[in-house]
Amino acid sequence: MQTTIDQLKLNQKAIITDFDIEAIPLKLIEMGCLPGNKVELLQIAPLGDPLFLNINDSLLAIRLETASQIQVEIEPQ
Amino acid sequence: MLQKNIKVALIGNPNTGKTSVFNQLTGLNQQVGNYPGITVEKKQGICNLDSNKKAIIFDLPGTYSLNASSMDENVVIELLLNKNDIDFPDVVVLVTDIENLKRNLLLFTQIKDLEIPTILVINMIDQMVLKGITLDISFLENELKTKIAMVSSRKKLGIDDLKKLILDYNSLSKEACLNASSIDVAYFDGLRKAFPKQSLYKLWLVITQDVNFSNLNKNIISTSNFAKSNSDLKRLQQKETIKRYQFINDVLKIGRQIDTSNATDFRSKLDRVLTHKFWGYFIFAAILLLIFQSIFDWASYPMEFIDSSFAALSTYANEQLPAGIFTNLLCQGIIPGIGGIVIFIPQIAFLFMFISILEESGYMSRVVFLMDKIMLKFGLSGKSIVPLISGTACAIPAIMATRNIENWKERLITILVTPFTTCSARLPVYSIIISLVIPKERLFGIFNTQGLTLMLLYLIGFGTAIFSAWLLNKFLKLNCKTFFVVEMPNYKLPLFKNVGLNVIEKTKAFVFGAGKIILAISIILWFLASFGPGDKFRDAEKLVGNQASKSISKTKLDNKIASFKLENSYIGIMGKSIEPAIKPLGYDWKIGIAIISSFAAREVFVGTLATIYSVGGSDNNDTIKNKMAAEINPATGEKVFNFASGISLLLFYAFALQCASTLAITKKETNSWKWPLGQLIFMSVLAYLVAYLSFQILK
Repeated sequence: MQTTIDQLKLNQKAIITDFDIEAIPLKLIEMGCLPGNKVELLQIAPLGDPLFLNINDSLLAIRLETASQIQVEIEPQ
Repeated sequence: MLQKNIKVALIGNPNTGKTSVFNQLTGLNQQVGNYPGITVEKKQGICNLDSNKKAIIFDLPGTYSLNASSMDENVVIELLLNKNDIDFPDVVVLVTDIENLKRNLLLFTQIKDLEIPTILVINMIDQMVLKGITLDISFLENELKTKIAMVSSRKKLGIDDLKKLILDYNSLSKEACLNASSIDVAYFDGLRKAFPKQSLYKLWLVITQDVNFSNLNKNIISTSNFAKSNSDLKRLQQKETIKRYQFINDVLKIGRQIDTSNATDFRSKLDRVLTHKFWGYFIFAAILLLIFQSIFDWASYPMEFIDSSFAALSTYANEQLPAGIFTNLLCQGIIPGIGGIVIFIPQIAFLFMFISILEESGYMSRVVFLMDKIMLKFGLSGKSIVPLISGTACAIPAIMATRNIENWKERLITILVTPFTTCSARLPVYSIIISLVIPKERLFGIFNTQGLTLMLLYLIGFGTAIFSAWLLNKFLKLNCKTFFVVEMPNYKLPLFKNVGLNVIEKTKAFVFGAGKIILAISIILWFLASFGPGDKFRDAEKLVGNQASKSISKTKLDNKIASFKLENSYIGIMGKSIEPAIKPLGYDWKIGIAIISSFAAREVFVGTLATIYSVGGSDNNDTIKNKMAAEINPATGEKVFNFASGISLLLFYAFALQCASTLAITKKETNSWKWPLGQLIFMSVLAYLVAYLSFQILK
């Protein structure tokens, strides 16, 4: 199922499919945010933003604004 | 016999334990300075490789890749691209962490493309069994075309192997491990033909980066037909990154096995508590409370000892040395001046220790995570928390720490409001005034009232910073894209050695940096206070003697003469002339002098009063605090440091920008005089108004 990272549920895993390159910092790409790589939502900050993710084995946090720009395909259970 | 030392550049991602490896290699042989013209810290140290060969190790700023996005990262690229730099490394030691190998290797493949011999250090191998990781070292060495040192800087494993590899750096391959130019064959072929003498990857970095290179002119390349639009370049960089990750994935698929069945996930359990919607904030508040209590409570014992030691030293020197101008300068100017700075070493060391532990353990990024949404409401970023907390040590490194805030507006606001947080230079002023005007009691049996007052002052500073940020956010019209990426490293037990070295280094910098100014100012002050123009100063003995009644005791008469002299000295005249401006705030002319002399650095305040009171009284063996407590305002008969004037002073120092270095760093980081001057005017006016109101209400 196609969606974006901000729509993931807690502990849900997905595969990154596409993103708008202008809306994503290069640093995020270098940390492994690339099409084909895995992403898992580990934790949501108490106030709903930012999101704590595991992207390609990198543990990092990004804001909803950025997360909503990254399209993913949810892995079937 | 003199052999050339091997130059080693230590490079790696943040949070890989690079500094621990540096500390293991060099021990106490470290030197910290700045890169010329910029404020990035330059750390180097000497490492004895064997009995007759040494290496100079440069600990470069942590970076995720050779695509620089900050000044710190620029330093790494500029060094690696400039073969003529005297620090150009013979060999690069690239530090990676066993758990983040995939991401860490990205930087490795980039550096290999520069054709510099590169040793791969895999750190934290003590975690391997716990995480169920096994590596095929000879396969990895073969594919990555390098030698690998398996190290645990924590358990002190593998450091000798690393030293051997450094000694033997000449045998390392200089070959790149993948061909990144295949992402756009035609483009890179053209580039190669146009600049046959240059390495291809180097050219690519010059085209894509905003850095200065002495021997490669960016303009020549960018005006030629190799120019591309920014989004085209970014697209190519993305392709390049994908290409590199493909290579790394292929290599690790064979070279690394992970068996997660035995792995324990300590991090996620801890994160569930530390970023919990209630416990997360509760624990953060508790940690802050602990820090402030310790700074005030625990540090007071060594401080009292230092204070009385310096008073005793003054007395001893006064008794042992022949009377004269030199002895007076020493006992009334220099010794109290030095004492005024040494006394704050315990508090500053405690503060740096806590900040260093919070950063080393990985907890600081959880605070960023917890606070981002809240800070965003005030126009700040979650990352502003790091400058605001480290601003409690010193605003200078704190303002430098704003560099990793990606959004310019958020960064600018953070820079402008950071000086409101209570820095360690305010501590001397706060602690002495609090101890004079706040009674020492216990609230609910545990909280020390003086400690609570101090915490309140920290909260006021922090609150004002947040409030000003909110104001600035309303009025600053800047449109910037928000990019927020923060690494959430695994939790680590902070290493005693790292924390210790950090505390020593930072305390030393504070004491020597501030110490020089304080010493100079206290000598100047002593001169100004010991000499005066006109007859009144010269004939002080006679004038006072005539006025006083015959029954007065010898000591009392001496004190009267001394304070009469002080009032008519150069400094007394200066102080008296500004008295009208500060009287409504509740200060006398002596405090006025202290405020002026501490304009360049707040901590000078206490030293100034120490010097003024030493000159003004005949009794040298008393502590600064007792001298201040005994000061009586001759006009009102009240204590000079009473509750109203004390609170007014505390608030004045809470808001005023009494720090020349902060102005300088703001100028440097914002590249304009507009911001530091605005900062200065806003903070000074606010300080005066608040101090005025509080004194008028409380008196």
